[in-house]
Amino acid sequence: MYGKRSRFLTIMLTIGMAFFYIPMILLVVYSFNYSKLVPVWGGWSTRWYKVLFESEEVWAAVNISLKIALVNATFATILGMLAALSMVRFGKFRGRTLFGGMLVAPLVMPEVITGLSLLVMFITLKQLFGWPENRGFVTITIAHITFSMAYVAVTIQARLTGMGQSLEEAASDLGAKPFKVLTAITIPRLTPALISGWLLAFTLSLDDLVIASFVSGPGANTLPVLIFSRIRLGLRPDINALATIIILVVAVCIAVAALIMFRQQKRDLLDQKLAEQER
Amino acid sequence: MNAGKHDSFINSIMRRLQENWRTVVIIIPFIWLLMFFLFPFFIVAKISLAEIKIASPPFTKMVDWSDGGIMTVRIVFDNFLYIINDSLYVDTYFNSVKIASTATIISLLLGYPIAYGIVRSGPIAKPILLFMVILPFWTSFLLRVYAWMGLLADQGTINNLLISLGFINEPIRMLYTEFAVYIGIVYTYMPFMILPLYANMEKLDGSLNEAAADLGSKPINTFFKVTLPLTMPGVIAGSLLVFIPATGEYVIPDLLGGGNVQMIGRVLFNEFSRNTDWPVASAVAIAMLFLLVLPIIIFQYYQGKAAEDK
Repeated sequence: MYGKRSRFLTIMLTIGMAFFYIPMILLVVYSFNYSKLVPVWGGWSTRWYKVLFESEEVWAAVNISLKIALVNATFATILGMLAALSMVRFGKFRGRTLFGGMLVAPLVMPEVITGLSLLVMFITLKQLFGWPENRGFVTITIAHITFSMAYVAVTIQARLTGMGQSLEEAASDLGAKPFKVLTAITIPRLTPALISGWLLAFTLSLDDLVIASFVSGPGANTLPVLIFSRIRLGLRPDINALATIIILVVAVCIAVAALIMFRQQKRDLLDQKLAEQER
Repeated sequence: MNAGKHDSFINSIMRRLQENWRTVVIIIPFIWLLMFFLFPFFIVAKISLAEIKIASPPFTKMVDWSDGGIMTVRIVFDNFLYIINDSLYVDTYFNSVKIASTATIISLLLGYPIAYGIVRSGPIAKPILLFMVILPFWTSFLLRVYAWMGLLADQGTINNLLISLGFINEPIRMLYTEFAVYIGIVYTYMPFMILPLYANMEKLDGSLNEAAADLGSKPINTFFKVTLPLTMPGVIAGSLLVFIPATGEYVIPDLLGGGNVQMIGRVLFNEFSRNTDWPVASAVAIAMLFLLVLPIIIFQYYQGKAAEDK
C-alpha cells in the first residue's frame, strides 16, 4: 500500500531513525578519540584499536566466540530445517502439539530462565554420568543450538509456507519419490532461507550474554561475557573500538545476505510462473 | 565376500532410512528439544520445591533412599512462601511489570507512526527504511546498551552538550536511574514492535481509507474507526514481543539502572550467582514463568491465527 505520507509521519520517521542511529554513530566516532575518557574529545587517533589488537584476552574471546557461533549455526540450521519440515510438510503426527510448543517457546522465554534451567541440567547430568566434566565450549554450544534452532525453524517455516508446493507436485506427477522430491526440489529451493537462518543463528550466538554467563565455567569467556565484565565498571574506549569493528562486520554481512535473498526471490518468481504455465 | 556382506548391510540401512525418513526427520529435533528444553524445566521445578543445603548440589533431594532403604519424599513450599512474604521480591515483581508495560506503551506510541510511515513510503524509500530498522536488530544488543551509557553518563554526551549550550550548570543524573532503563528497553526492543506492525499494515487495503474519506470521515476519525482496528493483530504481536522479554531483562537494569532499579531477571541472576541459593532462584524462575504464561499463550494464539489466515 503506497500513498502520500503526511508531514507528521515524515517527522516521526526522521525522529525514529535519528533515535536509532545517533547513539551508534557516536559510539563509532568516540572509538577514534585519543582521550582515555570516552565522552571527552582529545583529537583523532587509532590508539584504542592498537590496544584492542594487542590484547590476548580479546583474541582468546573472539576465537572461542567464533568457534561456538560456527558450530551452533551449522547444527541449528540442520535441526531447524528438520523441525520446520516436520511442522509444515508432514501433516499430523503423534506429539505434534508438544513439538510445536517446544519449538516456539525458546523465542519468548526470558533468557535468565533458559540459562538457569540449562545450568542446573548440566550439573545434574554431571552428578549422574560424570558428563560434561567442565562447562565451556560444549555446554555453551548446546545451549545456543537449543534457542537458535527455534529462530531458524521460524524462518524456514515462513519460506516453506510462502513458496507453495506447485514444483513439488509437478515432480511427484513426473514420478519422483517423496524422498527424492525433498532432496532434489524442496531443500535446494530452501537455500535462501537456510542461508538467512544460518546467519541469524550465527549472530544470535555471537550476541548472547545471559545464557553464556550461566552455562560457561571459569576460563571460558565468550566475547559478550568479556565486554560485559569490562563495561560494568564504566565506559572504555577500547570497547568503542571493538564495537565499531563489530558494527562494520554486521553491516557488510547483512548487505550481502539481503542481496542473495533478493536475487533468489526474483529467480523463484520466474520458476513459479513457469511451473504454473506448464499445467 | 566380506565386503559384499558389508555392502548389503549398508544398503539395507539406506533402504530402511528411505522408507522411514519422515520419522527420522521428526525424531532428531524432537529428542533434542525434549532433552535440552523440557527436561531442564522439570529439574528447575523440582529444585524450587527443595530446601537449601550446604553441599554439592546445594539443595535437598526430593526422593531419598538413604534411610535404610525406606523412601522418603520431601517437598517444601518454603521457597515460594519466602518469596511471597519478602517485600523485596514482591516489589521487584511488580516493578518489573510496571517498567516492562510502560516501556511497551512508549514503544507502541513511537513505533506505530514509524511503521505506518514506512508503509506509506515510495517504492525506493521503503526497502531502505526497512533495512534501517532491521540493521540495529542484528547489531550486538550489549553494544547498543553500551552506546547509551556514553550518552547518559554524568560526563556523557548529552550532559556535555547541554552544559556547553548553557542550558544547565550541573550535569543531570540520568545513568543509573529508572529513566535510563526505559530508554534502554525502548531503544533495543523497538524493532520487535515495528516489524510485526509493518507486516500487518502492509496488507491493509488502502481503498477502505478512501471510501471513509469519500463518505466525509475526517482523517483522525478514519484512523480510529478503520486503520487502528484493522492493525490490532500487529499491535498485540508487537506489544507482546516487547513486553515478554523486557519483563525478564537482566542486562539493561544492570548496566543502565546500576543497583537502583530492581527487576526480576536481575534478582534471579544475583540470587543464583552471588548467594548460590538455588532453591530460591528456581522458585523465582517459576514465579516469573507464571507471570509470563498468559502473555505467551496470547502471543501463540495470535501467531497460530495469523498462520491460518495465510
